[in-house]
Amino acid sequence: MNFDDTPEEAAFRKQARQWLDANAPWPLEAALREGGLSSPGLTDAFAAAKAWQKKKAEAGWACLNWPREYGGRGSTPMERVIWSQEEGPFAALSWLFTIGHGMCGPTMIAYASEQQKRRYLPALASGEEIWCQLFSEPAAGSDLAGLRTRAQRHGDDWIVNGQKVWTSGAHLSQFGIILVRTDPSVPKHQGLTMFFLDMRSPGIVIKPIRQANGRSEFNEVFLSDVRIPDAQRLGAPGQGWQVSLTTLMNERLSIGSGMATGFEPLIDYCCSARGPHGALIDDPALRSRLADWAIRSLGLKYTAMRAISALSRGATPGPENSIGKLVAGSMQQEIASFVLDLQGESGIVTDPAQAPADGRFQAMLLRAPATRVEGGTDEILRNIIAERVLGLPADIRVDKDVPFNALDSPA
Amino acid sequence: MDFDFSEEQMQLRQAVRKLLGHHGDVQAARRVLECGGDYDAQLWRAMSGMGLPGAAIAADHGGSGLGYLELCVIAEELGRSLAPVPMLSSIYLAAEIIKLAGSSTQKMAWLPALAAGTKIGTVAFAGASGAAMHFDGRVLRGAYFPVADGAIADFAIVFARSADCNRPRPFLVDLQGAGVRRARIETIDPTRPHARLELDGAAAEPLAQGNDDSLACLLDRVAVMLAFEQIGGAERALTMARDYALERVAFGRKIGSFQAVKHLLADMFVSVALARGNAFYAAWALDRDAADLPCAAAGAHVSASKAFRHCASNNIQVHGGTGFTWEFDCHLFYRRAQLLALALGQPAYWEARLLRHLPNRTAPSVAAV
Ligand SMILES: Cc1cc2nc3c(=O)[nH]c(=O)nc-3n(C[C@H](O)[C@H](O)[C@H](O)COP(=O)(O)OP(=O)(O)OC[C@H]3O[C@@H](n4cnc5c(N)ncnc54)[C@H](O)[C@@H]3O)c2cc1C
Repeated sequence: MNFDDTPEEAAFRKQARQWLDANAPWPLEAALREGGLSSPGLTDAFAAAKAWQKKKAEAGWACLNWPREYGGRGSTPMERVIWSQEEGPFAALSWLFTIGHGMCGPTMIAYASEQQKRRYLPALASGEEIWCQLFSEPAAGSDLAGLRTRAQRHGDDWIVNGQKVWTSGAHLSQFGIILVRTDPSVPKHQGLTMFFLDMRSPGIVIKPIRQANGRSEFNEVFLSDVRIPDAQRLGAPGQGWQVSLTTLMNERLSIGSGMATGFEPLIDYCCSARGPHGALIDDPALRSRLADWAIRSLGLKYTAMRAISALSRGATPGPENSIGKLVAGSMQQEIASFVLDLQGESGIVTDPAQAPADGRFQAMLLRAPATRVEGGTDEILRNIIAERVLGLPADIRVDKDVPFNALDSPA
Repeated sequence: MDFDFSEEQMQLRQAVRKLLGHHGDVQAARRVLECGGDYDAQLWRAMSGMGLPGAAIAADHGGSGLGYLELCVIAEELGRSLAPVPMLSSIYLAAEIIKLAGSSTQKMAWLPALAAGTKIGTVAFAGASGAAMHFDGRVLRGAYFPVADGAIADFAIVFARSADCNRPRPFLVDLQGAGVRRARIETIDPTRPHARLELDGAAAEPLAQGNDDSLACLLDRVAVMLAFEQIGGAERALTMARDYALERVAFGRKIGSFQAVKHLLADMFVSVALARGNAFYAAWALDRDAADLPCAAAGAHVSASKAFRHCASNNIQVHGGTGFTWEFDCHLFYRRAQLLALALGQPAYWEARLLRHLPNRTAPSVAAV
């Protein structure tokens, strides 16, 4: 047990810090610290994100754990943790690339050809090309393996027809990884195949969806006779489910970066806002709830560090790491509504120019429901912990062993 | 950086688990419960034979000189089996305050006996807040309850006020001497006995290095060790519930296949995992005597208290009516969870201490905790 750096780690930290001192977009620091990306101080978040990613990639600070030849740094898991600690508020600028770097890239590293890796990964690492993940469909979210988008082989190509939904960043992306059904005559998990595709291929129509919080970051994607070369298949036909699990495994690997829980903004707020007992943080009536969030937030941080340690010792990141999003999602929601209550009648004001704390808790409250749904709902995460960590019986699945085209529901 | 116990520490864990298993595991606590005994003297001797009580006592003072991380590993195992031994009173509390505030003569006089398990010490304090005990320069007067192992301890360190201090300071009292009255009291967890301690002119000597901060400083350290005991108990309660869910059948299915039960267990897993994260950091802070020990220790204790209470109560829920019987062990964990959550005073003290010392706090606090 040692939370101190080894001499090598300390040298790495120093190197990272020196580079950040000289190169980070310091003028944005205050805005990022105060309000993250939704900060009113950040006028063009897209340009800022692209510029920062490019700069990092040029100096070898992008996608640290990827091999150098693919635009990474070949770093150890621990170096990645150190980097994310040092990058601090600037990490919020990576939002555009989260899916590409966390999910698509690792899947490409595992399944694409050498030539493809050299072509696509460096531009993904540097943010020049943005990637999205086309998994969910109107009838397949939690039950992803129930997806219906069809791909049929024609010579060297596959012809794809169907619809994807909730595709974050599809409207900004050059490429995507897509999970489709190639064989409906076998049970649902067995007939899937993974590809990557050019989002500008003929036959793709992208329609932004307006979200509950008023923003439009995810989309519907319609695919009509879209051709994907067989060379862009990732894994064998029918192996798509296993490939998607690799993607998920890698999502767990990105735990080191840590999920935002809302705790830091909460403490900033409670240190500055005042009530009858001085700063709110000293108000005995609030103490118990603040302390509860403190232990959840700190506990999550140290749990992530323990997972990194296990990784350094050669363990595979396991399903126990599902707890990060499970804890963080409901915390964001609880904290935001707690602060709105403290703000009283002005808690309903969302205009950043007039709302308390620049309206960040209102924005957090309106965004929080998505965190509890995206990438596995709270209920699915609890199932994962119960079944794969604690070894409890799987839910009853009436459709598991039936050929997909013999099920009642598929259209 | 390395956020886990070492290979040697894991081996120590296995050795301690084996020893406790040899002495009946939870049955040892059950025996104390049924016989109204004070503690399992045989187990305590065996533990002392392995040098466990002296794990964090220097070899110069008769200990095995391993360290705090090892003591935390031992604590977790004791919590797992609800071991009925005077570890909290004699080691976490008494040995620790002597290490912190004793003169070298006092250390030489008491630590070797504590490490060897031949003498039992305890510490008397009224929660973290203050004292109902006074020192007049020579003797102590006042009463405290509940005092852990107060009826069996050979001596106590009593926190008391005197003319020249603002907060209670530690005084050493021989409990076999004159002016001492003590009586066992019933508590929520009869497997860890407590007593009422009345001193009426009992001779006492101050711990030489004791000061106004001694109590807070001591409690931070004890909070870390206690957190590991709590985590051991919490994890055991989770395992019991899981095992039962895999065995009990209702409506033609194992109850562990119902989502309501699965999600209850998943939430228990989450509380234990968070508590473990907090406790690991605190163990390191203790081992290092790091500046953020107050925050880390408070976080570990608050987190572990919640986890143990949560797991112990849900363990009964998963067991249904069986869980509410005297015969099943569920209530032993439920009882121990309450005892340990309050052993170091009000949770409000710890919550306030955690918030007061948060590393990312920006404004100075008005209330010093
Ligand atoms: C902001 C946002 C961004 C997203 N980005 C992407 C993206 O980029 N790419 C992509 O492919 N997808 C994306 N998604 C989709 C996301 O992964 C799905 O919404 C999610 O998996 C849930 O699926 P669903 O919406 O169909 O809900 P459903 O699966 O229909 O779930 C509805 C409710 O039923 C519950 N439920 C379902 N099954 C079970 C079960 N077995 N046990 C207990 N309860 C159950 C759920 O927990 C939920 O409460 C995004 C979603 C959001 C909100």
